[in-house]
Parts: sequence; C-alpha cells; structure tokens
Amino acid sequence: MTTETIQLDYFDILSAGIIILGLGILLAYYRLGVTRSLAIASVRLVIQLFLIGYVLRFLFEEGKEGHVAIMAGVMLLVASREILARQKRRLKGWSGFGLGASTLFVSSFAIALYGLFVVVRPEPWYLPQYSIPLLGMIMSNTMSAIGLSMDRLTSALHDNRAIIEQRLALGESSRQAILPYLRDCIRTGIMPVVNSMATAGIVSLPGMMTGQILAGAIPTEAVKYQIIIWFLIAGGVGFGMAAALKVIEWRLFDERQRLRLERLG
Amino acid sequence: MALSIRNLQFLDWRDINLTIGDGEVVCLLGESGSGKSLLLRAIADLIVSQGVIELEGAERSSVSSLEWRRKVGYLPAEIFWWEDSVRAHFLNPPSNQSLGSLRLSRDCLDWSPNRLSMGERQRLGILRMLDREPAYLLLDEPTANLDETNSSLAENRLLAYIRERGKGALWVSHSSEQAGRVGDRTLQMKDGAPRELMGEPGKAEA
Repeated sequence: MTTETIQLDYFDILSAGIIILGLGILLAYYRLGVTRSLAIASVRLVIQLFLIGYVLRFLFEEGKEGHVAIMAGVMLLVASREILARQKRRLKGWSGFGLGASTLFVSSFAIALYGLFVVVRPEPWYLPQYSIPLLGMIMSNTMSAIGLSMDRLTSALHDNRAIIEQRLALGESSRQAILPYLRDCIRTGIMPVVNSMATAGIVSLPGMMTGQILAGAIPTEAVKYQIIIWFLIAGGVGFGMAAALKVIEWRLFDERQRLRLERLG
Repeated sequence: MALSIRNLQFLDWRDINLTIGDGEVVCLLGESGSGKSLLLRAIADLIVSQGVIELEGAERSSVSSLEWRRKVGYLPAEIFWWEDSVRAHFLNPPSNQSLGSLRLSRDCLDWSPNRLSMGERQRLGILRMLDREPAYLLLDEPTANLDETNSSLAENRLLAYIRERGKGALWVSHSSEQAGRVGDRTLQMKDGAPRELMGEPGKAEA
C-alpha cells in the first residue's frame, strides 16, 4: 500500500490556477462584483499557505514547547478576530473581543490537550506534527460555531426585545424568556458538525483522512484518526458554543434580570 | 402606603415621587414622550432606575426581581404573543365566562395569535396579565385599541379585579374622560414628573 506521493511543482499550481482565472473572467463578465474578492482570496490563499508551509517545516524540525505555544497564540488571536468580524451587533468595549477569545480558548485548548494527553499521546506531548493540526482543526470548527451562534443570539435578543420584556413582566426568568432563541442558536451552531459526522465517508471523504491517504497511509488507519478528530471537533464546538452563549446571557441581563441591550454596540 | 415611590430616577427623568394607596386607582395623563410608559417599566423593574420603590413597606431590592414583577403586573400598550397558541400563554386559561365578559370568542384560546385582531390582542392581554394574579396593576393605555363598548367592558373588568384585591393601580390613559371614570386621583406627567392636577378636571369635563 505504500505508493510514492506525487511531488507537485509550481507549474502544477499554475495549471490549477487556470480554473480560478476562468471563474474570475466569468464573474467579471456578469458584473457580480465578487471578482475582486476572488482575486484577493486566491492571492491570500497562495501567500498564507506557502508561508505556513515554511513555518510548519521550521516547527517540525526545531519545534520546542515555546514555538508551539507561540503558534497556538497566533491562531487564537486570528480566530478571535474572525469571530468578532462576524458579529453584526458586538458587545461594547473589550468584552466583544474577550468573549470570543476566552470561550474559544477554554474549549478548543482543553479539547486539544485532552486529545494529546489522553487519546493520541504523542511523544513529547506537544509534538508539533500532532499538536498544531489537531488544535487547528478543533479551533477552526469551534470558531465558526461560536461566531455564528453568538451573532444569532445577539440578533435574536435585539429583534425580540419587546417579547422578552413582556415575558419578564409576566414573572418569567431571563432564562425562560430567551430559551427559544438559545435553542435555535445551539441547533444552528451544532448542525453543521452533526451533518458532517452523519454523512462522513458516504457523501464526502473528510479532509484529514483524504490527506493521510494521499500521503500513503492505509485507509483503515486513516479512518481511526478521522473518527477521533470528529469527536474532538464536536466537543470543542459544543462546549465552546455553550460557554459563549452563557456569557452573552450574563452580559445582556443584569442582576435584576433586566435586558440590557445598551451593552451591545 | 401600598405602593410608594421616592426620588425615582431613570434616563433623563429625576426625582419622581408618587404614592398609591390601598385600593386606589391613580390615573396618569400626559403627552406622548412625557415618560409615562417608561415610568411604568421602571416601577416594574424592567429598566434601570435609582431611588426607592416600596410595596407594602418592602423595598424592591429586598425582593427578587421575579417576585417583584409577579406582584406588580405590567400591561404594555402593545401586547405581543410568542407561543403557537393563545392558550399556551396562560397558566390557568380563562373560563368561558371570563372570556365572555370581554366579548371574546370561546374558541379563541386555541387560535394562533396571528389570527387575533388588535382589539382581541389587547383584551386577551388583560386576561393574560390577570392570569398571574398580580397585586398591583401598572396599565399602559389598556383600552387604546378598543371601541366604546369593549372599552367599558375592559374598564369594568380591571376595576372589579382591583376592588376584589383591595390593592392599587397606576393607569396611564390618553383620555381625561376615562381618568374621570376610573381614577380616584389624576396626575399629569409634566416637565419630567407626575404632578397633581388642580381640582378634578376629568370629572369636570365628563
């Protein structure tokens, strides 16, 4: 089963880029206004991935705990910024950024550490070949879920403030008054993961497994890793989202269970 | 004093003093934007306010907010419905007799709230508030969307409840005629605070 991996050169990348060029011409022709975004995204993709290629190569060859920690910190910062950018209505001040960052940190780092120490157990535990991709996969999924569900909850509370106030006026607790919106947000955040898990292997071959198979791994072994990864991702997504929604609930209701929408920007 | 408000402040409003005695209905008139609705929401502890509000001697901070809001029933000017059926909004759905007293259809509890007219929303809103059995009522134009007949039925229903409980109500109204009919006293929201009216203009005009 050990076939040589085909080495790609720059010409191969250019030939794949022709597809993007064709797509760009089509979009420009119909004046859809996304040509520019597509061009920028393509250039960013190339630059970012080449750079990260060198960074990872350095990490894998030289990787100390400190290097891994710095890398993880950068990933956390970028992902937190991304969560903030997806919010239509943000919490005022630093709590807007801090909310995303802290909940993302707690959930994805805890799950990644569990994966490293309990499940995969590489030697040493921070071995960059394992720790960085593991953390990356958990964090990117958790980031999407937290970003999406936070945005939905703050929007729902904002749009339904009159209903929430009337429920409070009837003597309901803040939790009772926002329960339907909370449920909706959790469902929205977790469904992509549930759907991916349910169709994994049938509709799509998950990316990580595909990568391992391309790199020459035995499919029956690659499958084990993929299963573990999905369980870890589901954990990161679920716990991260629960924490983020809980913090929003704390921030947008005060100790007298009054809705404090003025704390949204 | 049953409900006593001293030096209440919220948003731009300052030093509001107001007392409502046992069994007393205090009517509050005033132009739109004068802060009548905000005052009711502040008393119900739905918006942030400073100052003292006491209910039968107990300061609001000594009572949990949930308990407080169950004691002071706030009826908003526009009533919203969120469940799939009208019935689901009630703890003890009103009897046919109760529905009939406000000329509401016996079947309306099983309707979707989307089907309700403005007037039905308002009358059912009154029943929904009374369903929680509040001691004191904070009423924000409870008959604004009702015709004359339904309006007087709603007035009677509310007055009967207040009399039965022997507690008080703060009744925001846009009509001095109504204030004269239902109020023991009438105040006017002016320059950021409720002021006593000289004489009883409501009754004089009626």
